[in-house]
Amino acid sequence: MDEPLRRTPLYASHVALGARMVPFGGWEMPVQYSGIMEEHRAVRARAGLFDVSHMGEVDLAGPGAGPLVQRLVTNDLSRRAAGQALYTPMCTPDGGIIDDLLVYRLGDERLMLVLNAANTAEDLAWIRGHAHGDVQISDRSAETALLALQGPRAQAILERLTPAPVGTIRYYWFREGVEVAGRRALVSRTGYTGEDGFEIYLDGRHAVHVWDAILEAGKPAGILPAGLGARDTLRLEAGLLLHGNDMDKSTTPLEVGLGWTVKLDKGDFVGAQALERQKREGLPRRLVGFVLRERAIARHGFPIREDGATIGVVTSGSFGPTVGNSIGLGFVPPEHAEPGRRIAVEVRGRAVGGTVARLPFYKRDAEAG
Amino acid sequence: MYPKELRYSTEHEWVRLEGGRARVGITKFAADRLSDVVYVELPKVGSEVAFMQPFGVVESVKAVSDLYAPLSGKVVEINQALVEKPEVINTDPYGAAWMIIVEPRDLKELAQLLDAGAYMALVGERPS
Repeated sequence: MDEPLRRTPLYASHVALGARMVPFGGWEMPVQYSGIMEEHRAVRARAGLFDVSHMGEVDLAGPGAGPLVQRLVTNDLSRRAAGQALYTPMCTPDGGIIDDLLVYRLGDERLMLVLNAANTAEDLAWIRGHAHGDVQISDRSAETALLALQGPRAQAILERLTPAPVGTIRYYWFREGVEVAGRRALVSRTGYTGEDGFEIYLDGRHAVHVWDAILEAGKPAGILPAGLGARDTLRLEAGLLLHGNDMDKSTTPLEVGLGWTVKLDKGDFVGAQALERQKREGLPRRLVGFVLRERAIARHGFPIREDGATIGVVTSGSFGPTVGNSIGLGFVPPEHAEPGRRIAVEVRGRAVGGTVARLPFYKRDAEAG
Repeated sequence: MYPKELRYSTEHEWVRLEGGRARVGITKFAADRLSDVVYVELPKVGSEVAFMQPFGVVESVKAVSDLYAPLSGKVVEINQALVEKPEVINTDPYGAAWMIIVEPRDLKELAQLLDAGAYMALVGERPS
């Protein structure tokens, strides 16, 4: 990691807003502006705007695009029409998760992949290594900005900036060529917060203009710029996993509760045999949610214990500002995975008691979405 | 931001002498840097703390930091209200967010702490 940190087109905007900048996935990103708790609450109650331009965007074009992706991911792209997005892991032959990504079906022979920043280079090499002839692969990460407008007031704010009927975009659908503050963007009804919201992909040269326009239009609604800190507490409360923390190449989708993204009946794909075998033979461990009785935070790597014996390990933990408790995710043996089961997390040499919890920790009201 | 009557440690704790006792907390600078404090772990009343040795822990959403004792001595009181409402560290670091009261063993240790001016220089702030 000796390479210099990269900056999104919004770097100067973040600094001007008083953001605290930190290294993340090879990028210099805002971790917070006014404070993680305040930003978290703004997203739950009103709206927040995130710069997630560090994410990787890769365009695939040609008759080979669909078959290539079908072969590389565990979920079934054939069940998605043009205008729909698909969440899916991409696995090694052993079933280990190389990355989790979104696949946007732009057309019959046009796809866009959205990759985690820290994995983009490795993903690209993996994808290129499996490509044969009839597909063009273009890394668009450097010139593409991505803004996430999230929260119950996201739609009302976006509607002030676009003539397009963005309210009709359904969850995990998108529209291309939407004018947002006069600039063309791809707008999708997706996010990583557990709230309603949109992700807006656009040319990086327009990022500052659109960022400013959204913050301005959202001012009466109480929008706040929100950083990676709030993004992490929001996604954790929503039970969403973070690659590199909760899953990686040593874990399979089945172990981390992503079995619903593994479509063994779709035809052969990389990792299918290993996942089929694991499904048949049983899981060695399962990722579960837990709630602690104290406010001490269970950090990544802390041991999970029961009756004094170590039975697992914490993968993510934080104070959940909305749920009001110390919450986390971690691996335990399958026989310890049922909700209500008592566990303890070892925090600086001390066992802090808690229970296995049903995920997600937080679910928004249906009518708000 | 940095009251003149306090003494400061290089680890960002403050001390206020009150008669023969010393009240201890963390500075505005430390509170701002931590931001969003959610948890405080304090020593038991009656335990001993040692000059510039850890006496507790403060946790924010993003990080955990040790608390260092700016004076050696016996803990005679802890702020139980702070344990229950740690977020006041971010709003009132010199008042409601005091952490422990120590019966100092050696007041000469105070000479090794910084005055407000020197502390502000340490954290790169100009006197207001």
